[in-house]
Amino acid sequence: MSRTLTTAFLLFSVWLLWSGHTEPLLLAFGVISVACVVLITRRMDRISGVEQSDWPRASFFLYLPWLVWQILKSNIDVARIILSRGLPISPRLVQVTSSQRTATGKVIHANSITLTPGTLSLDVRDDQILVHALTVASAEEVAAGEIDRRVTRIERGH
Amino acid sequence: MSVFIDIAAWVCLVAGVSFCIIGAVGLLRMPDFWTRAHAAGMTDTMGAGLILLGLMLEAGLTLVTVKLFMVLVFLYLTGPTAGHALFRAAHAYGIPFGEAALENSKLAGRSDAAE
Amino acid sequence: MLPLSMFEVAMAGILVTMLIALVAAVRGPTVFDRLLAINMFGTKTVLLIAVAGFLMGRPEWLDLALVYVLVNFIGAIAVLKFVRFGNLASDDHEASS
Repeated sequence: MSRTLTTAFLLFSVWLLWSGHTEPLLLAFGVISVACVVLITRRMDRISGVEQSDWPRASFFLYLPWLVWQILKSNIDVARIILSRGLPISPRLVQVTSSQRTATGKVIHANSITLTPGTLSLDVRDDQILVHALTVASAEEVAAGEIDRRVTRIERGH
Repeated sequence: MSVFIDIAAWVCLVAGVSFCIIGAVGLLRMPDFWTRAHAAGMTDTMGAGLILLGLMLEAGLTLVTVKLFMVLVFLYLTGPTAGHALFRAAHAYGIPFGEAALENSKLAGRSDAAE
Repeated sequence: MLPLSMFEVAMAGILVTMLIALVAAVRGPTVFDRLLAINMFGTKTVLLIAVAGFLMGRPEWLDLALVYVLVNFIGAIAVLKFVRFGNLASDDHEASS
């Protein structure tokens, strides 16, 4: 029940922010559409069988600035590689162990790897993520597992 | 004050566009699919991020900024997800990694085992 | 006063990027290279719509940009599925195992 209320609240806030309307008629339309979406999501929850997750957590938002900083750094590295004359790449594959227990944690981990240019997650299988790295430096950085540690920390709720 | 915001927006937009063009050049210069994917990823993260940040600075604290921010959030959520689907399909299809990549990976595997 | 507004500069840059992405899409060589380029083209379209909204003083075009992000994502997944299985209805798990 609280989950339904949270969904409805979030949906209606988004509706208000995106439409910017406050006339009673349009507000009523908004309420009706939110109700329809909530009904459909409830039905989807029942048949999908996907784990109920309580993401995003507060600590997730503390992780984002660090991720943005990583994206910034690796973007500058890749830009430098593309612009240099000899195209100094040495592509390689790396197996990274993900220590997250939930599917959501693994998704965040793999997506963070893909979001930082220079590393791509190709395949997630059990607790192994296959990563394609553009250079030695990016391969070493992803193998060091800093992203893994940080995502696991927010997953465990510290 | 608004002059400073204008300058910051200029810097963000020009930097974002530069990252887009550099990524596009990388798309042409890189030798195979996997390395090209790195260049394309660059335009989606830094290029899009900086351009939208520049537009947010111009819009100020309005509903427009909220929408720009949501565009950014959606791009950052869907970009790597669609990318992962593409890479996984290419991997399953058997797009070759290139001799150098496989050779290097053996070395990387050995150093992993040593840890 | 500067001869060009910042939005015109951004728009020109995005159009150049889109043009190069199209060239890359035509060049291929594999279907995955083309999909990569088209995906990038789609993201740049979103940025183009957003910047065009500011340039023409029509910020409500951002709604189009928002929808385009989502359509682009679903389109990418649908095309991928079609490329892989030849139709849109197969079950992922059965076909890949």
